Amino acid sequence: MKAPSNFWNFEKDISGCGVFGVIDKQKNLINGTMPINAMCTMHDRGNGLGGGFAAYGIYPDRADEYAFHLMCDDQAALDRAENTIKEYFEISVSEPIPTRKVLSVKNPPLMWRFFVTPKERRPKWEELSEQDYIVSVIMLINQNGGAFVFSSGKNMGAFKGVGFPEDIADFFRLDEYSAYIWTGHNRFPTNTPGWWGGAHPFTILDWAIVHNGEISSYGINRRYLCQHDYLCTMMTDTEVVAYLLDLLIRKHGLSYEMASKVFAPPFWDEIDRMGAEDRKVYEALRMVYGSGCLNGPFAILVTDPNTMMGLNDRAKLRPLVIAEKDSMVFMSSEESSIREVCPELDRVWAPKAGEPVIVKVEA
Amino acid sequence: MLFKPISQNFNDFVIDRDKERCINCEVCVRQCSYEAHFWDDARQCVMHDNTKCVGCHRCEALCPTGCLTIKKNPADFRDNALWTPTYMKHIYKQGDTGGILLSGMGSPSAKPIYWDNLQLDASQVTNPSIDPLREPMELRTYLGSKPDKVEVEETPEGPRLKTKIGPQIKLEYPMMFSAMSFGSINFNLHKAMAMAATELGIVYNTGEGGLHPTLYKYGANTIVQVASGRFGVHKDYLNAGAAIEIKVGQGAKPGIGGHLPGEKIDEEVSKTRMVPVGSDAISPAPHHDIYSIEDLLQLIYALKEATEYRVPVSVKIAAVHNAPAIASGIVRAGADIVVLDGFRGGTGAAPTMIRDNVGIPVELALAQVDNRLRDEGIRNWASLVVAGGTRCSADVIKAIALGADAVYIATSALVAVGCTLCGRCYTGKCPWGIATNEARLKKRQNPEIAAKRLTNLVKAWGHEIQEMLGGMGLNSIESLRGNRDKLRGIGLNEVELDILGVKHAGR
Repeated sequence: MKAPSNFWNFEKDISGCGVFGVIDKQKNLINGTMPINAMCTMHDRGNGLGGGFAAYGIYPDRADEYAFHLMCDDQAALDRAENTIKEYFEISVSEPIPTRKVLSVKNPPLMWRFFVTPKERRPKWEELSEQDYIVSVIMLINQNGGAFVFSSGKNMGAFKGVGFPEDIADFFRLDEYSAYIWTGHNRFPTNTPGWWGGAHPFTILDWAIVHNGEISSYGINRRYLCQHDYLCTMMTDTEVVAYLLDLLIRKHGLSYEMASKVFAPPFWDEIDRMGAEDRKVYEALRMVYGSGCLNGPFAILVTDPNTMMGLNDRAKLRPLVIAEKDSMVFMSSEESSIREVCPELDRVWAPKAGEPVIVKVEA
Repeated sequence: MLFKPISQNFNDFVIDRDKERCINCEVCVRQCSYEAHFWDDARQCVMHDNTKCVGCHRCEALCPTGCLTIKKNPADFRDNALWTPTYMKHIYKQGDTGGILLSGMGSPSAKPIYWDNLQLDASQVTNPSIDPLREPMELRTYLGSKPDKVEVEETPEGPRLKTKIGPQIKLEYPMMFSAMSFGSINFNLHKAMAMAATELGIVYNTGEGGLHPTLYKYGANTIVQVASGRFGVHKDYLNAGAAIEIKVGQGAKPGIGGHLPGEKIDEEVSKTRMVPVGSDAISPAPHHDIYSIEDLLQLIYALKEATEYRVPVSVKIAAVHNAPAIASGIVRAGADIVVLDGFRGGTGAAPTMIRDNVGIPVELALAQVDNRLRDEGIRNWASLVVAGGTRCSADVIKAIALGADAVYIATSALVAVGCTLCGRCYTGKCPWGIATNEARLKKRQNPEIAAKRLTNLVKAWGHEIQEMLGGMGLNSIESLRGNRDKLRGIGLNEVELDILGVKHAGR
């Protein structure tokens, strides 16, 4: 798309963070108290200006419908968003997201969720795939202002806001949810007053991402995405990661493994030492997707309904620890947070720089 | 009636000879190809004629006793903000000759240099800066058309590439030696560029004068140029290089062709250019087979056919008002590389009025072309190279942050081998042995030594780029390319910031 006017004039969000994730390969459900406790252990990795969780398998009764989570400044904004959603989707459920009042969570926006299916006869964008159609509508709502769709997958949801993760979990009553994949995030922003939408996880469709790091390549990643019709509106690194994953994996059909090599490409001298076939692949990835390389320190956890991937930048400038226990795999900024919720582990290791750890569900 | 033309009375420079130190060794006499120094038989000592001095500083550099200083002529005209001596002297010359004013090298005019109004970023606290002495810091760059996406097939033996990637130029530094034709500069420097490019893992550009047969062995590090005069263009030449460049325009003289005076055409130049010895080699203003974009498409594909699609084809244009639209057309016409040459780009000879008044700053053209190609979703289809007036590694890195894939350097390469920008290249009498084919002068450039100096220059800039890149928390150049968030403007107005796509410092 054509870059909007003044596209260059943005202020990027900078933050440090703690991340935690757990996946049960057998899809056994894990209660929310586990990720909450794990995040509590890493309280000091945040500053109370952002916390959040993503959970997969939480809406089994409505697993075929897209669950839109919205945060709205006021009722009017929600009404506007609802009108837009009505125009493009059939709404089967429209309800507030259950919350409880928490002392430490001040002035929360209006939280609402819709379970929707795309209209048979679309008013616009007939030529797009169903998923692109959904992304387009979400972009439309988010650009209109006042209301913000922060979760849009099936049988999954993100819950996030301004506060420490344990407070946000309390606010969203996450102890009442069970999921087979959980990710959590504790945020330490340094230049934003704290916007609810800016907290992690960042999700689009079924993707959820939590991220610790600062992507120094943000400026070009953002422009590259704009070329591919993704408009970064939140000025966070994580948004960039989410859109890139959507582009590389969903649209361009790359595997997780290959996408991770776009984010954290092997160094040229490693590529030069590879066999001819591998060299061709990695050379091509760097040539074509150089603008998608995430340069700068990061540890990210990426999830979809079947996968959890942990990835470090190619110089490993942020911590990431992996642990296994029976059918569960943990990924975290700190081993302590894993030990807190699962003291006995089968295996613990720190993945190498740029080497993805990809865990698929088996059930 | 004056005994000599007015123009010669008001000479630009004066030669200051310290008579106490001068030993009358006549080194200056031998070095000055303009005969400003001479042996005065009557006085039995070395004397000089200031009117012949072009300010090249060759004598000063080689005087064994250091007795010479070349100074600007202190003779002042009455102050006049409008009529500066430059303009008056132009008129004196034209009164003498009735001719077009000629200049060598890029425009010296005091117009905005946007590189100087851009500042780079550095990491503090929230992300670590990276030390290139301890960590990898990658500058490798591939120039050529890239597909929009890569298809990889996962096989039991590992991933296999399904997408075919077109031909690329592989550069170990994001810099290349820009087009300077054999003829405008001499064989020794062509050889030096070829050797340096090979050593560095980059490429040099032949310019429009063909490729000397003995330099074909450096083909893997050579871009062969095809310009409107088609000098030295034949099938073997096209197939000799790592890429072909169609020169549509040159930053120093947009809209006009080239003129290599017959004085510079000796036996070797004549053979390589395929023109007679001593005859002027004139490139027409346009390519007479390109009167529109569809014609360019035909030439691009004719060249691709001639080389069986083995090498990328580049199209070089001068940075002019409608550069973004033109560049978009060039990419859609099938070019793999687009080169933008700014008005500060060097030249062996250009009409002064054109050099100083036609074209736009390359920084602005670059920013807008990069925007345009991205807006149209075709930025991957071609690489973007800028040329014209990059003086240091900071200029190079700023160009890359604005969106360039690589930078062509030429004036800085010549300065590295001794050029002092006296701007008299068109006389063919370059005392530094650069823009001359006179046997006595060109031997002042030793190809091995010149190659070493060129290699040193690019390596030095490479180190500096690595340091700046690491300071920004980046460890490969592709993460800087087009990353304008790493730039801030200082002393620029809103319009300039918008064109450059950068925020003002402090924001």
